[in-house]
Amino acid sequence: MTALERIDGVPVWRAVGATPGPSVANEKAGVVIVGAGPVGLTMALDLARRGRPVTVLNQLAFVAAGSKAICFAKRTLDVWDRLDVGEKMVAKGVSWNVGKVFHGGSGEPIYTFDMLPVKHQKMPGFINLQQYHVEEILLEALAKFECVDLRWGHQVVGVEPRDDSATLQVRTDGGDYVIDADWVLACDGSRSPVRNMLGLDFQGRVFEDNFLIADIRLKDKRPAERWFWFDPPFNPGGSALLHQQPDDVMRLDFQLGWNVDREACVRPENVEPFVRGMLGDVAFEPEWYSVYTFQCRRMESFVHGRVVFAGDSAHLVSPFGARGCNGGVADVDNLGWKLDLVLAGQAPEGLIASFDYEAVVTADENILNSTRSTDFMTPKSGASQAFRSAVLDLARSHSFARPFVNSGRLSMAVAYPSSPLSTPDESDAVWAGVAPGAVALDAPVANGWLLEALAGGRFVLLHQDASLDVTEGITVLSLQAIGDPEGLVSARYDLQPGSAYLIRPDQYVAARWRRPTQALVEAALRKAMGKY
Amino acid sequence: MAGLNLEPNIARPDDIYDRLVALHAGLDDTQSAVVNSKLVLLLANHIGDEAIIRQAIALARELGD
Ligand SMILES: Cc1cc2nc3c(=O)[nH]c(=O)nc-3n(C[C@H](O)[C@H](O)[C@H](O)COP(=O)(O)OP(=O)(O)OC[C@H]3O[C@@H](n4cnc5c(N)ncnc54)[C@H](O)[C@@H]3O)c2cc1C
Repeated sequence: MTALERIDGVPVWRAVGATPGPSVANEKAGVVIVGAGPVGLTMALDLARRGRPVTVLNQLAFVAAGSKAICFAKRTLDVWDRLDVGEKMVAKGVSWNVGKVFHGGSGEPIYTFDMLPVKHQKMPGFINLQQYHVEEILLEALAKFECVDLRWGHQVVGVEPRDDSATLQVRTDGGDYVIDADWVLACDGSRSPVRNMLGLDFQGRVFEDNFLIADIRLKDKRPAERWFWFDPPFNPGGSALLHQQPDDVMRLDFQLGWNVDREACVRPENVEPFVRGMLGDVAFEPEWYSVYTFQCRRMESFVHGRVVFAGDSAHLVSPFGARGCNGGVADVDNLGWKLDLVLAGQAPEGLIASFDYEAVVTADENILNSTRSTDFMTPKSGASQAFRSAVLDLARSHSFARPFVNSGRLSMAVAYPSSPLSTPDESDAVWAGVAPGAVALDAPVANGWLLEALAGGRFVLLHQDASLDVTEGITVLSLQAIGDPEGLVSARYDLQPGSAYLIRPDQYVAARWRRPTQALVEAALRKAMGKY
Repeated sequence: MAGLNLEPNIARPDDIYDRLVALHAGLDDTQSAVVNSKLVLLLANHIGDEAIIRQAIALARELGD
């Protein structure tokens, strides 16, 4: 049905070819990343930009095609922009902010939402972009770094953890070799061989449902919006979803139920009626048809000595909400600066434990949201079914019921209100703005955007007219120096004269003061670096 | 904090009870469940206060078991 070549059943987007094995039998490395999916590649880029040598081992010798992630959230775009690939992603992707939910055969949405309620930010609420394009853009950026050693066709087949390192056994076509790493970052996907080889848990729920994905090529201008249907005439009793992608590709997604013949479902003669039911009598070409099921699960802990898990290897969610890859990029954002400070000897190894804490908070919020969406989409009991029918009926004519409609709560940055790295506000301070443990909000500044000014990979002290001596290891930014042409920085941060924010290298707020002093700033900095 | 009101609060209880039962006339169990759900959602939204709603949810299950 498609011209895509396959290797071991996996469709190929671009063949790269295997990298020869190393010349020495026993190698030593600082950081080894297992896996070159979007999470492993983003991890490599984050560390490379900090000047850290990284070795990336990828079992495949090609960039895979097929139907995987397409929806990338604003926070992910902010992270990629910090890594200088955000603008490329947006330029190639289809930007969207609006989602519409339909019920039955009516062409009027019962619910509409906006993923970017706060305007005047650099990045859009969401883009749609095929995962292979994302990987290609990351690969192109990585190619500029000599400190990155990316090896294709190198499969990790053994892990031996120790207190201060881990040994990996790697298989290539040319034979096996061994590599000793100070740190192993396991970004090896949902079936994580590293996790399995270490015998680690992966607890959670499997959902009894199947979804058909039809990625098709169709020249047809439609609004760049997310359209979702409950119980449409072309899939009675089920749901359906439509997204626009670049290159005139559309993603159509149909809920099929549990007891289906999965092989029969992807045959063109069975897919096409769904496509025409949704889009009318259009001429289109298939790109890729597949059926998937999903699970929500996570490891109990993501840090196991010197082996750290990030992305799908650590946590899995249902796709409704686009929290999979977006959640994985959040891991990278959180881990990169911490590992860098530990490697530099500036922070204690305990800082990595705060990654475990914060990434688990994020994973739990993502799992909670995607589980709730799944339960709304596939009610598991008579009562659940009745509540859903009630919500969908009421939503037609009563606005109060619309926020209950759950077609996926889409990925947003997660806050860590109780993070051990955050310093609470002064007890008498009254604040609007961005609380400690929450991510910085973008706003226009004189020469661009606030998040660009916070993208230097260091701690930043953002203040208005506070008289403070400079503390080592912190970049000081005054509102006056960056400029606040529309007054939105001071408004969004409630940054009154004399106030200051300490912002982490991952753009999360560590602390803020109405009456900052050098001693307070230094104490908060120590805490945020895990010296508590 | 004003909690969930558990004292009698409806002037003509028989009238309201009658209406609650009559609401389901001619409906099968599935339809009844939907109608009841709508009623719960309408009242919950009117109340709005999450603490009160949570208290009512907890109590409903406790008394029912
Ligand atoms: C149908 C579908 C739609 C989705 N849509 C979205 C979406 O819109 N938005 C979103 O955010 N997420 C989405 N997701 C989830 C998203 O695809 C994943 O979360 C994402 O791919 C995870 O990235 P990763 O890098 O952790 O893992 P992967 O992409 O799985 O990459 C793992 C890498 O590890 C390598 N590897 C595995 N084993 C070894 C080994 N032993 N040695 C060396 N290398 C190894 C693999 O070759 C691969 O390169 C979707 C998923 C599906 C199935």
